[in-house]
Amino acid sequence: MARRVGICAVAQTTWERDKWSQRFQGMALEVLEDLLARTGLTFSEDGGIGMSISVSDDIFDARTISDNAMTDVLGAHMGCEEKVAQEGLQALYYGLAAIRSGHVDVVLVLGHCKESQPASRNQVTHMAFDPFYTRPVGLDFTAAAGLQAQAYAARAGVGDRHLAQVVVRARQLATRNLKITGLPVVTAAEVLASPLLADPLRELHAYPVSDGAVGLILAAEERAREITDRPVWIAGVGNCMDSFFLGDRDLASNFPLRQAAARAYRRAGIDHPQNAFDVVELSDQYAYQQPMWMEGLGLVPAGGGGAWIDAGGPEAARVNLSGGMLAGNPLILGGLVRAAEAALQLRGEAGDHQVPGARRALAHGVMGPAGQFHTVAVLERD
Amino acid sequence: MKKNRNVGIVGVGQSVYSSHREEVNQPEMIHEAVVEALEMAGITMAEVDCVVHGNMELFEMVHQPDLWHTLGTGAWGKESLRVTTGGTTGATLAAAADHLVASGLHDVVLAIGFEKLQEGHTTGGITNMADPLWGRQLQTGALTGMTAAQMIEEFGAERAKAAAMAYRILMDANAMKNPKAHRRLGLRPDQAEELAANSPALVGELRMIHMCSQSDGACAMIFASEEKARQLCAQPAWIEDHVTAHREEMFCLFGNAPVLTTHRHCARKLFARNGIRDPRREIDLFEMYDPSAWWGLDWLREFLLLEGDEHLRMVESGAIAMDGDFPVNPSGGVIASNPIGATAMVRVAEAALQIMGRAGGHQLPRPVRRALASGFGGTMWTVLFLLASDTERQAAA
Repeated sequence: MARRVGICAVAQTTWERDKWSQRFQGMALEVLEDLLARTGLTFSEDGGIGMSISVSDDIFDARTISDNAMTDVLGAHMGCEEKVAQEGLQALYYGLAAIRSGHVDVVLVLGHCKESQPASRNQVTHMAFDPFYTRPVGLDFTAAAGLQAQAYAARAGVGDRHLAQVVVRARQLATRNLKITGLPVVTAAEVLASPLLADPLRELHAYPVSDGAVGLILAAEERAREITDRPVWIAGVGNCMDSFFLGDRDLASNFPLRQAAARAYRRAGIDHPQNAFDVVELSDQYAYQQPMWMEGLGLVPAGGGGAWIDAGGPEAARVNLSGGMLAGNPLILGGLVRAAEAALQLRGEAGDHQVPGARRALAHGVMGPAGQFHTVAVLERD
Repeated sequence: MKKNRNVGIVGVGQSVYSSHREEVNQPEMIHEAVVEALEMAGITMAEVDCVVHGNMELFEMVHQPDLWHTLGTGAWGKESLRVTTGGTTGATLAAAADHLVASGLHDVVLAIGFEKLQEGHTTGGITNMADPLWGRQLQTGALTGMTAAQMIEEFGAERAKAAAMAYRILMDANAMKNPKAHRRLGLRPDQAEELAANSPALVGELRMIHMCSQSDGACAMIFASEEKARQLCAQPAWIEDHVTAHREEMFCLFGNAPVLTTHRHCARKLFARNGIRDPRREIDLFEMYDPSAWWGLDWLREFLLLEGDEHLRMVESGAIAMDGDFPVNPSGGVIASNPIGATAMVRVAEAALQIMGRAGGHQLPRPVRRALASGFGGTMWTVLFLLASDTERQAAA
């Protein structure tokens, strides 16, 4: 039996529309210094941080080998540093594997992104499409999400009114999250009148452009207990890749998320997920995804998304009390911030949005057009 | 540190390496390598639990290319991980696959490194890694004449240049035996002087003939838990250990201050951890990431912890040739083939093939019990792997 792995500390910058006064190295340094202060760790193979896993993206950073510019911050002087070039929750998956393998005891995970740098996010995600068939028709992740939202809304009885409710709630919750700045509350009428991006997606349905950095310290059980008195255990992680061409997929089927969730639940020993979680943090890049991913996670009956919102489901299931991605995290860090927020809940450090006595949480990340790739992590405390 | 469980390499696949693979797109090229690796392991995708993928995005300008490449990698419905670290990517992927299997999360992992350099501008892409304010105006991609200048200063122009060319010609002799290699030039030792005089200069004494190619190609490897590996393969290549060391973007700020290379650092650590006192006697083969003849020559000294001119003598005496005491790069190395995101994986894969006895025309004539493989990238980053055969493991036990 491989050893358990715990999250020992969490740090993040504020999430803002444009951190024009900071380079990405500066944002990451802020997180690193916070983590070192919280844990008393140093970079050292003798009991300190033995491996750094960074999360960033060459195209968002406009830098080949985007971690190359970060080596000072990542403590990589003669040290092991590797970059997860995927959605950030995957860094948790990789850190878990590296520690369980016995190769290393303490791992730093540190992700950064400045979405304010490119002219638009769509310009970046457009480049994820193949240059022969799908790029020439102008697809990007927003357009793909529009197609998925249409397919899903019809199947789950989710209308414009439900989506407005999701956005209004997220913006309200964001006011209680001190790490979210400069994001105004909105009314349902404002959401309903907001311009269309890709029918039925509206501007206010989309996660706001944001800059920031987030980090975690992971450690093998024995070390985790030395570093903190409130370790958060990674009970199970699972992920799944769907096919690439949108036409090859049933966009409303939730196939990859159901697979990812089943794998995470199996590893965590969860047979009945419906009532298993005190807190759920999921990556809702667009409003329709909050009910849709809940269905995919098996926490809401298939096709029941609309009724779930009508019945006050998001509040009852304690979904995205941090505000979620709709309160603003970069595309490539959505799931990693969700894991950080879930860990804060389990450590009792979630401030104004703390769920009293939370013991088990779910964190979810997603990447690719119309949710091609999903990661699910189950976190627990003693 | 105790490894949770052992991991063996049971399959290797490589596309043909070439300057132009215009007849295939990226997923199709990857598919070639995946099919070959599955065939060698004697399995289908149904038995693969997880697909690990990596390259350098700005070369082809495809964002998160694992999404599109699912068509060629077979990752549909599988778990997946994408890791990139520049030139070291391929070796980092092998390390990631090792962790994923050793951790107990997966029994069989397929790792894929690829690059299609024809679709981008390699030197432009690499130059873009430098800091836009402080470094970019000075960077010439991966082309650097520094090592040539240092070696000429240390050993004299005549001897240093002759040794670099001897290294280059030995590597080409190996590439001639490897049908997948990109550049198979058929160089002869008596051409050394003519090449030194006529090959175009790139930077200082680094000439075109010394430098690695820009290749299209993909490499795939299959990693399995000990139990599974024994079922699938008569002689798996076991992963004994690996060490990764990166370093900061800016160094050598203080003139001629001595620099400890990540290569020497990794070698010291790897040898100490594995009880290796005399690497040239205790290791049978080295697949080294040699981006140029000058670097290959110089790095022998670093990796093998040599002093003085011992590394030059190894080349001058032919000790690094296939029939020598310490063969280096029977595959022809990076000078022959360089699809960057795959290149470092090819080193690990070729070392594994030698242990498995599956290297074909460039198989060493004697059994390979223990092999070393290195990756290089970023600003002098190193990943160093140690692989072993069953015989070696039994002897050690």
